[in-house]
Order: sequence, then structure tokens, then C-alpha cells
Amino acid sequence: MKKKQKNKLAGLQKRKAFAGYLFTAPFIIGFLMFMIKPMFDSLYMSFCEVTLSPGSVGKKFIGLDNYYLAFRVDPDYAQYLVDEFSRMLLYSVGIIVFSFFVSLILNQEFKGRGIVRAIFFLPVILNSGVMLGLEENNYLMAQIANTVEEATAGVSMTAVLQNVLRTAGVGVRAYEWVFEIIDNIYDVAVASGIQIIIFLSGLQTIPASMYEAADIEGCTKWESLWKITFPMISSIFLVNWIYTIVDFCMRSDNDVMDKIQTVMITNLKYGPASAMSWAYFVIITAFIALTSFFISKGVYYND
Amino acid sequence: MTKTKTKKYSSYWDRNAKSGGYLFKKDVMGVLISICRFVLLFGLCFLILQPILNKISVSFMAEEDLYNPIVVNIPIHFTGENYRTAATIMKYGEGLVNSTVISLTIALLQTAMCTIVGYGFARFNFPLKKLWFGCVLALIIIPPQAFSSSLYLHFSYWDFLGIVKLIKGSGINLRGSVLPYYLMSATCMGLKNGLYIYLVRQFFRNIPIDLEEAAYVDGCGMFKTFTRIMLPQSKPIITSCFLFALVWQWTDGYYSKLFLGGKVLVSTSLATVVDSLGVYIARQQGSVNEQVSVSTQLSNCILSTGTLLIVVPILMVYLFAQRAFVESIASTGIKM
Repeated sequence: MKKKQKNKLAGLQKRKAFAGYLFTAPFIIGFLMFMIKPMFDSLYMSFCEVTLSPGSVGKKFIGLDNYYLAFRVDPDYAQYLVDEFSRMLLYSVGIIVFSFFVSLILNQEFKGRGIVRAIFFLPVILNSGVMLGLEENNYLMAQIANTVEEATAGVSMTAVLQNVLRTAGVGVRAYEWVFEIIDNIYDVAVASGIQIIIFLSGLQTIPASMYEAADIEGCTKWESLWKITFPMISSIFLVNWIYTIVDFCMRSDNDVMDKIQTVMITNLKYGPASAMSWAYFVIITAFIALTSFFISKGVYYND
Repeated sequence: MTKTKTKKYSSYWDRNAKSGGYLFKKDVMGVLISICRFVLLFGLCFLILQPILNKISVSFMAEEDLYNPIVVNIPIHFTGENYRTAATIMKYGEGLVNSTVISLTIALLQTAMCTIVGYGFARFNFPLKKLWFGCVLALIIIPPQAFSSSLYLHFSYWDFLGIVKLIKGSGINLRGSVLPYYLMSATCMGLKNGLYIYLVRQFFRNIPIDLEEAAYVDGCGMFKTFTRIMLPQSKPIITSCFLFALVWQWTDGYYSKLFLGGKVLVSTSLATVVDSLGVYIARQQGSVNEQVSVSTQLSNCILSTGTLLIVVPILMVYLFAQRAFVESIASTGIKM
């Protein structure tokens, strides 16, 4: 009797496993066909000299030459890589801080909250795909900015503040970073739509009773921000950090991506292009893994 | 009783005095905070909306207004000419139809497949599940550009398990045809599909499992349970996945350029609108082989108009379905 029951259970589990594979089959097939194969192809290609002739692709193994070409011969690639990486670091931190701050404000009760939330989410839809690169060379915007600057020559608050802080002389480098983020606040605001929503959803899961208890015990708002809000949504920080970096790497106005595309489609150099994209990919993945490891050590799980 | 009450709370200042000035201080702080919040949020919202407003005003300007430094926001000579020019250059009519058809079908296909796969990952235990889910995460993290070089070649000489080669002697060139992208969408390899799978899985995991177990006990099969019991519940996440897929496909330039290059799409034609403008103007002036230099102002104006033409349809979708967009992400409760 018992054996029979066990058999039946095993049968159900087997069926479930089968159904699980059936449900996920599209993804598995797709992953093998359009991901694994091209990825190994491109990995192999990055060690090869690829010659194209009608009807066939010739690959000749040449070792690390493509990587040498990418890093030491190509004048732009290494430079772009460093630039893009430092930009990513700076902006990701900026985006996280900004979206945390905004979501704290949007979590409060006030009139028109829905509209403000809708506006903050708007760039996720509008500034995607082809629209991203177009804002960069917005000549008219620059013109207006110039006009404004001329009109208010010498009375710019931020410029004065920047000068004062610069002459203070402490941690000048750190100030410069902050200034860069403030100068490009548009880019930061536009890139943080999804992050704000994710933070908001995290903030709403914190039980109100926690704040009440803290309030009764005489905790100020500032303290409860750091002692309750911050630890409770620390896991959201990790999610947002990863999302931000991935999002940044995939942007179409990325210099490195641009470079790879040019090398591949315009110059038809498939070998070096593969080497460049693999180097970029490995660096980004290593960075994500490393930072998530450190962040996840500080994450607090309530349950 | 009532008398004492009215006396007790006779006036605001009395109450304030009773509380030792605390009430007044609190109220002033409240007003100050809401003023600060208003200024801050107004500024930030303006920052985000400014480019769109700017584009709208520029798109109605006649060419002479563009060179006039006095005209900043409101044009002197209103004109719809820019829209006509941009629409002609971008082949807007054809592009609109193509983009709509492709975005809708692709979004439907991707949503359907991602829902099925997401459900599979959320509810079933099968060997190597962790490995495959890791692959989903990898799909999110790996930028498609990283392996595009070989995917490009892959589709240039495409072959299914070597069958075609046996018959024809060489693979089929699928580049420029729509088929590869539909194939990729059907197998969840399209634009940001990893993210959709993740969202759907997260959504299904939050639904209590009891319902399905009850269905199983009553003799409902796995597929029937999925279609009859789980799907009706998951309308919000399906809608939002569909909307995201639709909108991102609409604006996508990367996959479109790689796989749908032969088709006129609004997104790809926007990317080349500035280059086409010179040719268009040259043709209008009658000179065929000469490249006419176009002023930055004019090309920017046409670019803005073209952007607006692309944005307006998705803006309408967003206006009507704003909740579905925002709340989907909030409701799934993304966690690590």
C-alpha cells in the first residue's frame, strides 16, 4: 500500500517535471539556438581571423591577436572602455541616490501624486531605443542653455557654489563628481524611471506599525529613515544596482557599443568586433558580480 | 458638556498656547515642507517634460522662425509644413502600418511565450531548473550586442540542423527577412524578454498554490489548470508585459536594424531622417546629384518633428494604460 502511494507520488512528480520542461521548452530551445551557439561562435571568432566570401565564412585561428588589436592597436577602444566604465560608475551611483530620494518623496501623501509618478515614469517609454541617442546633439537645447547662461552671467547660483566649494580645497575630486551629476541631472532623472517604481514598491511593503512604534519611542524622522527604511529596502538596492548597470551597458548611446557596431557593420571586421564585445562583457559581468557580492553582504532580510 | 468643549477648543491660538507653541510650529513645518516638495517636484517634472514641450513648439515653427533669435518658444508663423516634410522623408504612412503590424504581432508572440515560460519556472520543479533559471538571468544581463556579430553571420547562412544544406548545398540567407526575428520572439530571445520572464515568474510565485492544487485534485490537467485558472488571474501582468513589449519594440532601433532592415519602420527611419533630409531638399530644388547642406536648425526641427510623430502613438497608449505600466512592476514585488 505504502509502496503504491510512493509510486504514485513519484509519478506525479515525474509528470510535473515533464510539464515543467514542456512549459519552459520555448526558452530552452531558444537559448540553445540563439544564445549558446552564437555566443560560442563569437567567442571562437574572437580568436580567429574571419574572412567573408560568398556562401561561406572562413575562420583561421590566430590566438590572442584580436585582443591585442583591440586593446593596444585600436586608438579608441581602451580609452572608450575606461571612459564608459567611469561614467557608468558615477551615473549608477547618481541614479540610485536620486531614485531613492524621489521615491521617498513620492511615497508621501499629497495631491497630484499620481500625475507626478506618471511623469517620472514617462522617460522609460519615451527615451528608449532610437530616441536615446537623439537627445545628445540637441542643438536647440544647447542654444537655450547658452542664452540663459548669458542672461544670468555671473549670478548663477550653482557656479558660485561650485567656486566656493572648489576653493575650500577638501576632496576636490569628490566635488567634481557631484558637480558632473548635478550638471547632467536630466540624464539621471530620465534614466531612473523604473528604479523609482521599484523603490516605491519596496517602500510600500514596510509595515506602518514599525514607524509608529519608532515614533512612540521618540525616534525622529531622520533616525527612522536610517534605522527602519534603509535596512528594510536594502534588498531593493541590490536589485536596482544590478538593473541600473545592465541598463547603462545596453544603452544605444554607449561609446563602446557604438565602436563595436562600427567595427562590425561598417568595417566588417568580425574577429576584432567579437573580441571587443567579449572583453566588454567579461569586464561588466565581473563588475556586477563583485559589487553585488559586497552589497548583498549588507542586505538585511526581515523574513 | 458642549459648552466646555467649545470653550476648550475655542480658537486655534488658544490651542496653540495650550500645546506650548508646538501646534503652530508643526503646522508651519507642514506647509514649508509641502512648498519645498512642490517646488522640487515641479522642477523635476519640468526637467523631464521640457524636451517634449520644446519639440512641440519647434515643430510648428516656420523656417524663418528657426533662425530668428527672438523666437524661443512660441512661433510667429504657425505652420504644419514640418510635419508634412518629416512624414514624407520618413515614409510615415508605410512605416506606421509596418511598425504597428510588427510591434503588435511581436508583442503578442513575446508576451504569450514569456507567460508560458514564466509560469513553468514559477510552478514546476524539474531537474536542472536552477541552471535554466540562471540562463534567464544571464539573458537579462548579457547585452545582445555582445554576440550580435556571430548572430549576424548566423542568420546570413542560416540552417536548421543542416537539413537545408543537404538539399540546397548552402544555408539560406535570412538577413533582411522578418522570419528570424519572429523565430527569436517565439523562443523568448527577443528584446528584453528575460525581463518579462522574470516579471511573470515573480507574479505567479505570489499567487497561493492552493488554487492549483484544488484543480489538480478535481482532475484538471496541467494545461487546463494554466489556461482556466491561472491565466484569468494574471491579466494585469500580461497586459503590462504586452504594453512594454509593444512600446519597446516600437522604439527599438537595434533589432530592427539587424533583422528587419528591409522594412520601412518608424524607428529606423527616424534614425536616418537627418541624412535623408539633405537628399530630399536637393531633390526639391531640382539638383539631383548635388548634396545640399542643411542648416543645423532645420535638421533639428525636422528631427524633433519626426520624434514627435513616433512618440505620439505610444504617448496615447501610455495615457490610457498608465496604471498598467506603473503598477505591474510595483505589484510583482521584485526581490533578490
